[in-house]
Parts: sequence; structure tokens; C-alpha cells
Amino acid sequence: MLDIKNLEASVEEKQILKGLTLNVKPGEVHAIMGPNGAGKSTLGYVLSGREGYTVNGGSAVLNGTDLLELEADERARSGLFLAFQYPIEIPGVSNLEFLKASVDAHREARGEEAMSSKDFLKEAKEACKQVNLPIAFLKRGVNEGFSGGEKKRNEIMQMMMLKPALCILDETDSGLDIDALQVVAAGVNSQRSPDRSFIVVTHYQRLLDYIKPDFVHVLADGKIVKSGGPELALELEEQGYAWLEGEGE
Amino acid sequence: MSVWLESAISQAKENIEQSELAPLMSIQQKSLALLNDTKWPTRKVEAWKYTSLYDLGEQVFNPSISQAVTAPIIDGAEFLDVIFADGEWQLDGLAALPQGLNISLLSQTKVLPKAFNTIKPVRHLFGQLNDCLLRDVLLIHVDEGVNIETPIRLHIVNSDGQEQQARAFVSLSEDAKLSIVESIAGEAKALTVLFSEFDVQARAELSHYRFQLQTANSYCVGGAHFQLAQRAKLDSQIVGFGSKLSRLDVDVIHAGEHTFVNMNAIYLLDGEEHFDLHTCLEHAMPNGTSVENIRGIVADRSQAVFNGRIHIHRDAQKTLAEMNNRNLLLSRRAQINTKPELEIYADDVKCAHGATIAEVNQEAVFYLMSRGVSRGDALVMLNFGFINELVDQMPNQAIAQWLRPQLRDRFAAMKAE
Repeated sequence: MLDIKNLEASVEEKQILKGLTLNVKPGEVHAIMGPNGAGKSTLGYVLSGREGYTVNGGSAVLNGTDLLELEADERARSGLFLAFQYPIEIPGVSNLEFLKASVDAHREARGEEAMSSKDFLKEAKEACKQVNLPIAFLKRGVNEGFSGGEKKRNEIMQMMMLKPALCILDETDSGLDIDALQVVAAGVNSQRSPDRSFIVVTHYQRLLDYIKPDFVHVLADGKIVKSGGPELALELEEQGYAWLEGEGE
Repeated sequence: MSVWLESAISQAKENIEQSELAPLMSIQQKSLALLNDTKWPTRKVEAWKYTSLYDLGEQVFNPSISQAVTAPIIDGAEFLDVIFADGEWQLDGLAALPQGLNISLLSQTKVLPKAFNTIKPVRHLFGQLNDCLLRDVLLIHVDEGVNIETPIRLHIVNSDGQEQQARAFVSLSEDAKLSIVESIAGEAKALTVLFSEFDVQARAELSHYRFQLQTANSYCVGGAHFQLAQRAKLDSQIVGFGSKLSRLDVDVIHAGEHTFVNMNAIYLLDGEEHFDLHTCLEHAMPNGTSVENIRGIVADRSQAVFNGRIHIHRDAQKTLAEMNNRNLLLSRRAQINTKPELEIYADDVKCAHGATIAEVNQEAVFYLMSRGVSRGDALVMLNFGFINELVDQMPNQAIAQWLRPQLRDRFAAMKAE
């Protein structure tokens, strides 16, 4: 599914990722944990093609497609989805219009015909229901005036509509209370399938109580320094990240 | 002196001599006297610094010729339609009026409302011309405490080679409510002049739309002038496309305390089009509020002008005034001249103004692209969203829905570089 090898990347000449290697197979859920500043968000941005991030080495291949060669929109259309930590508000562009354009672009890339407005609306309403987002939100500007929790649920709603092969959830738990966390996690869990993989980036173990990972990795100073099963997350919760310093050197 | 002004003055003399509108006589004579002393403005005159009248000055127009006109149907919205064509207001097709609303012509009533021509400032050259050249005045009046739910629509059309001078006077009695749309459209090589005055009495609420959607070789000049008494409210939504010459002067006089004005304006210009919006807010009394949001997108070699004046008089303490003009340039050759003018004589006021040449938010571009939308489509969506944000705020959503595809089509046709 996703094969990242020795990925090196920098922002404004500061190297953030220093040779990151990660292999994700279809249907797997990988959690990436780590201290602040380790490069967790950078990984999501570099993979999704945000401007301002320079790749200095390594490779990232998704289902045979070299991601690093592509523009952000092409990466999305080849099956990558990033749920943002802080989704931006875009007044004037309605959620519905934006979502239709996204879905149409995905379908076109797959050589499918555009969805009829009726079918699209039906599906969008269904997705809203699943993440407990009022249907009226579809008519509002993208994330405009949404609470933190509503923005995160909107991200999951988009994910449901776009049906990506690989989803990266960037600190989706930040700023959520337990109720909102459960809704978001249920949305994510409903999307788990044998041919869809997840990378769950988080600072805290809490999210992993709701989205059970198959593997847990610790990202520190731009590299994966330790990998293990779900029990590693609990260990981290108890002991913090300090005991890992120096690992992987 | 220009060819056009010369002929306008001689027509004005004739018009006044033949006029059957006796109550107008003294107003017309005063304006004619002013005109006789007027020089055709060049770019050296401040009010016309960025808008050249040279071309109009060389034009010769004919009196109107007969044509059949219907106003466009807007799904989900019902209007009381008044059409202006052939140089005349046509009330024939008007539906039965709700109680408390009166629509008439000065030629019928022969009675001039007291505030007529006192709200429109004398300084507007084309206003003076309109005083002299008008053939009738549309009078709209809402009785005290009456809420007119169906909007009135003034639909003004023109055809090639014509010159039309339209004039309206609208009065809302205390606690009355009214929505009114002034709509000018078409691409005829013609001159359309529309001046309207709005007398909004205490606690009355006026929802106003002015669409100057004529394009290409049209010339369109006019004004919308408002006077608000105590606790009166005005919501004004202006939309302009560009044309050979398009100039709109808006004046608001806060004549009572606790008045409230929300004004949004949008312009979308392409080719070599021109659009010039001058607004002037006179805060004469305390505790008034004005919020003005002006946004435009200019493409190709078009030119937009925005001059926003806020004048806070000495007694107008506790005034709150905000003015914001944001522009998006789609081409290096497009031009925007924006000028906020704040004149503040009271010491306890809150005023803010800003004028920007906006750039597309790159973070928003990335967000849309990360969902599979191409960069080109993302830019179109975001640029249009910049305008659509104001359309979303229109109080009458049926009008907004009618307008949106027109703006979208226009935007799609605009030439970016």
C-alpha cells in the first residue's frame, strides 16, 4: 500500500524528516506518536504535497505511484487523504460545492462519470448523519464558523465521500472532548476495510482507545525510533517520550 | 464645453419650457443656472480623477424610441415591477398594490414630496442634469407602520443610441418596511441615468439593491441617496459590472440618532471596462453606525475606482464606522484606484478603514487541492468565493440565488493572466 523509504524533508532549509522508513499494508492501522516537534505533522504535509516542504531524499510510493512526483491534487486523486489538524475556514465557498468538485475530480480521475446532483446529495446527507453533522452545514462556507469538533467531523465526512486508499489523520483528537472524540472515532472505524489503511498521528494515547492500531511507531527527531504493537502506546503513556531519547541513533 | 453637455443644456431648456410639472419649475431652473456655469469635467476635477468623461462628452444620443419590455423572472421571488423604458416610467403592468403602499407619478399627483431633491447633494453634475432633463418622477410611499413584503423592482432598459433620464423618490413613513431593487442591465450603446432619493423616517427599515449590470459600450451614470431619521435602518447591496462608463454615487445622511447602515458592494470587471463607485456617509448625529464592505475582481485591462468618504460631524459622538475595500487583480494590466477619505470632527468615535489588493490564500488553495481539486479549479472557486461571501449575506436569498449564476458566468468569462 504505502512504502516510505529513508524520507528526508526540510522546511526553510531546516531538516525535519531525517530518513523516515515506514511500510503500511492494506487494511492496517498505524499509529505514529511522538513528542512535539518530532516531525509528525510534517510527515502528513510532505506526503500530501504541501508547498514549502522540500524533499531531500528517499521515496514514498502509494500503490505503485510515486507520490513525490505529483502535485497535491494528483496525490489526492491517487488515493491519499489527509485529515487536517486545523482545517481552514473558507467563507464564500460552500461545503456542498467544494465537496461536489472534489468527488467529481476523483471520479474523473478513475474514468467514472460525474455523479448526478441527486445521488451526490443523498450520499452527502448520509455521510453527515454518520458523523452527526447537521445537514444545514452543507450549505455553509467550508468550515465557516464551525467549532473545533465540527471541523474534525467535517474532515471525516469528506473522507467518507472520497473513499481514499490511505488516510492520514493528523492529531484528529486535538481539541476534542470525549463525546466528539467518540463520534470521530466511530466515523473512522466505520471506514476501516481490508483495502483501506490509516496512519493515525497523535500525541496522546487516548485516541488509540477508540481507534485500535495494529502497529505503533514512535517518531522522534525525524525518524521512527521504535515500533511495536498497541502495548507500546500504553508504555509511552506511562513513561513519556524521554526514555526513547538516543534510540535509533 | 462638450458636444453632449451643450446639447443636454439646450434640451434641458426646451424640456423645462414645455414641462407640465409645475412643482419642479424652481428646482429645474436652479439646476439649469448651475449647469450654465459648469465646465465639462476633465481628469483634473477631483470627483472625476480616475474616470474620464471625454468619450461621453463627444457622444450624441437620440430621444427614446418605442420598445416592448418585460422584467426578468426570478424563481422564488415575486416583485412589484415598475419598468422604465422609452424615457418613461410605465405603471400599466403593475399588480394591485398592497394596502399602505402608493406608487405614482408626479405628473399624476402634481404634488412634490417635501424632501424631494434635498437628499441628493447638489454637487453631482449628472444629478443637476437629471433635474433638468427628467420628464417625470416616480413616487413611492409607504404608510406609517406598514411592512411591504413584496419587493418593488425598478427595471430600467435602454437600446442603442438612446439616452434615458430616470428619477425616483421613495419615502418610508415611521416604522415602515420596504425592499426595493433598482436594476439596470443590457449592453446597448446608450446612456442611462438614474437618480433616486430615499427618505427613511424614524425606525423605518429599507432594504435596497442597486444592480448596474450593463456591459460593453453602455454609459451609465447615477446616484442613490439616502436620508435616515432616528433609529432608521438601511441595508444596501450594490452590484456593478463594468462598461464604457459606469459611475455610481451613493450618499447616506445619518440625520437622526441611532441610525444603522450596512452596505455591501461587488464589482466584476473585464476587458477594458470601467466601474466607479463613490460613497459618502454623512454622520451628522450621535450614535450612528455604518458598515461598508466593498469587494471587486478586476481582469484584463479593466479599471475600478472606489472612493469612500466618511464624514463624522462634530456632534456625531459615539459613531461607529467601518469601511473595507478588498480587490483581487486577475491581470497585471488591470487597475484599481481606491481611496478612503475619513473626515472626523467628533472626538469619541470608532472608525476603521482598510483597502487591500488581496491575494489568494495559499493555505486555502492547498486545502482544496488536498481534496483532489486541481489548482485552476481551486483558484476559480476561491476567487469567486471572495465575492460570493457578500452574495451569501444578501437579505433576500431569492435575489441572491438569481444573481449568483450571473456572477459566476461573468466571472468564468473574465480574462485572467
